[in-house]
Amino acid sequence: MSGIGTADAPATRRDALPEHHGSITRRFLGGLVTPGGAVFVLALVLFAAVVASNPAFGEPDRMVRFLARSAPIAIIAMGQYFVIVAGEFDLSMGAVIATQVVMAGNLIGQDDSRILPVLVAMLAVGVLVGLLNGMATTLLGVPSFIVTLGMMLALSGLVFYLTGGAATGNPTDNFRSIGRSGVEDVPVIDLLPYPLVILVVLAVFAVWLMRRPYGRTLIATGDNPSSAAVSGATVWWVKTRAFILSSMSSTVAGIILVGQAGVHPSVGQGYEFIAITAVVLGGVVLGGGRGWVLSAAAGAIALDLLFTLLNFREVPSTWRDTVQGVIIIAAVALSGRAWRSGNKLPRMLRRPEADPEPPIPPAVPPPATGSQSAGTP
Amino acid sequence: MSTSTVSPPTQRRAPVVRRLDTTQLVYVALLAVIVVGTVLTAMSGRSFFSSGNIASVLTLTSTLGFVAIGQTLVILVGSLDLSVPYVISLASIVGGGVMNGEESMIVPGVLAALGVCAVVGLANGLVVTGLGVHGFIATLGMGLIISGYLASNYQGNYGSAPRSFQLVGITLFGPVPLSTLIMLGCAGVGVLMLNRTRLGHHIYAVGGGREVSRMSGVRTHTPVVAAHVLCSVLAGMAGLLLLSRTSVGSPTIGNQGGYDLMSIAAVVLGGTLLAGGRGSIVGTIGGVAIFAVIDNVMSVMEINSFLQDVVRGLVIVIAVAVYARRAIPRRATRFPDRATAVTIGDTP
Repeated sequence: MSGIGTADAPATRRDALPEHHGSITRRFLGGLVTPGGAVFVLALVLFAAVVASNPAFGEPDRMVRFLARSAPIAIIAMGQYFVIVAGEFDLSMGAVIATQVVMAGNLIGQDDSRILPVLVAMLAVGVLVGLLNGMATTLLGVPSFIVTLGMMLALSGLVFYLTGGAATGNPTDNFRSIGRSGVEDVPVIDLLPYPLVILVVLAVFAVWLMRRPYGRTLIATGDNPSSAAVSGATVWWVKTRAFILSSMSSTVAGIILVGQAGVHPSVGQGYEFIAITAVVLGGVVLGGGRGWVLSAAAGAIALDLLFTLLNFREVPSTWRDTVQGVIIIAAVALSGRAWRSGNKLPRMLRRPEADPEPPIPPAVPPPATGSQSAGTP
Repeated sequence: MSTSTVSPPTQRRAPVVRRLDTTQLVYVALLAVIVVGTVLTAMSGRSFFSSGNIASVLTLTSTLGFVAIGQTLVILVGSLDLSVPYVISLASIVGGGVMNGEESMIVPGVLAALGVCAVVGLANGLVVTGLGVHGFIATLGMGLIISGYLASNYQGNYGSAPRSFQLVGITLFGPVPLSTLIMLGCAGVGVLMLNRTRLGHHIYAVGGGREVSRMSGVRTHTPVVAAHVLCSVLAGMAGLLLLSRTSVGSPTIGNQGGYDLMSIAAVVLGGTLLAGGRGSIVGTIGGVAIFAVIDNVMSVMEINSFLQDVVRGLVIVIAVAVYARRAIPRRATRFPDRATAVTIGDTP
């Protein structure tokens, strides 16, 4: 740092700030007290509670089936994450899901050979919706809340008009099996459902993407668009790609839901708010710039575990809304507190202040667990 | 080009439309919508300006109007209210339950309903300020809480409105419904409050920059809580109006109208900045009127109700796109000669 601007003393590696402070354990624990890490603890606690009220739920095949069922919500939560971390909203998700479900139901029909072309068409529609959302938000300067609300009204109106509001079309079983069946004869769990495979692949992709320059730019843009623009980011394109990712995730969720829920224009209704709730539960800050993508997915799974728990506890389904409301307010209140107080360890875990300088950490590769990444974004 | 008077280039080159502020533009848009609507209505063989039709347009404005006025206050202060549909249902249930068809219970019924709504608003405001939860989540959660309560305790219609209370919803003065007059009265009080009182100025200040207001000595919690309480009370009035029209309290009536998102759309259509701090109730009323005219024309033309949603969606986005980059009116300008310089650079 002392060498900036002078030729004789170039900055060496040793002058640079260390990549991390503290050991892996310390950083892992530090990550857990951030909202993005705490959601994993919350999910584990909920899981334990579910198993306590219904021990059969703890068996591997039940767990896998549960994860497969909540895969669509986890996938759209990751999609919504990209938009929210960029400081925007996507309210059109539910309508996009309905559009894709109805498209699949009516265009594929009983003809296996149409699966591939229709799949391509669905993905193209997904890209187009995201592109329109993103460009209207960034280039026309309309708030994304309004753009995606308009998109939601337009798409769902169109879908309901074309179907008459009733279930229509029934795609071939081969297409429905994407959401219903899986790889057979797997040891321990017997059946590995395709939705779970898709979820894991997309999660890996999302984590990879957020570590790429695009992900870093996206977070910077969400944190402060002006400074990102001044630093050379193409803000409109960065945000538009986030919208495309979001509507693509709705498309994938739609493909899975065709198998899980059938073809009806009301499939996907309200999913946008569930996704936003899940993302926020995962400690991602509305307004952008903070949060980890896997925390969003974990938020979705925690939410679904909560519903399962309420089911097993025989809470009347009408009270589910109330419990959900209390939980999201409490979760956001707590996480807001945690973000404000900074990414710090509780006092007892912190190193004493007198410690002269942090030891230079050994050259560990950045672990891909929740600890490190939950802390850094 | 050879004029001798020297005026700032920005002022000379700006076309007429550019020089209008958003509120004026909203009313220009309203005028355009009315002209197009008149033509379309005439093509269907009806008259837009028949007193029956005007009455139905004005009736359409009243319910959404109440909600949108409240939503304007909440958005101005930098928050959002997604709980309004459930508050509307709650008000109709409480009002209908307390009145229960008795003429003598009208006043207690109205007071009870508005009181419950005020408590909900207070809770919203305290969660937003005290717990530091974003208004989007706080009110989404509150809406879910009320929704669970309503769904668990009221399966169908509940209570009823007495005959004289039903008159509020159907009385007409010429072509003007009483409910619209009450709504405009609330709007007038709201405008006065925003422009003339300390609370109003603080709402703008806190919405424009919470931290700056705090450091300037404004108690930032009060305006936020007040805006939320007023918004819920106004939503409660919308609920009572629906009660008087349908004559029974219904636990789902607020949800059916989609008042949460439509009121936010009306506010933004009226030129208020979604991020808070800038905008006006007058503009919001214009936005509500645009929706009412479009809805009326579409129902006169007998357009499929699902296609009506498509049109609404397109209108919202296109209308907001037209003036998204335009100057947004603030409070009365204090330094008129510098006003243009300040507003031209302002893009939302």
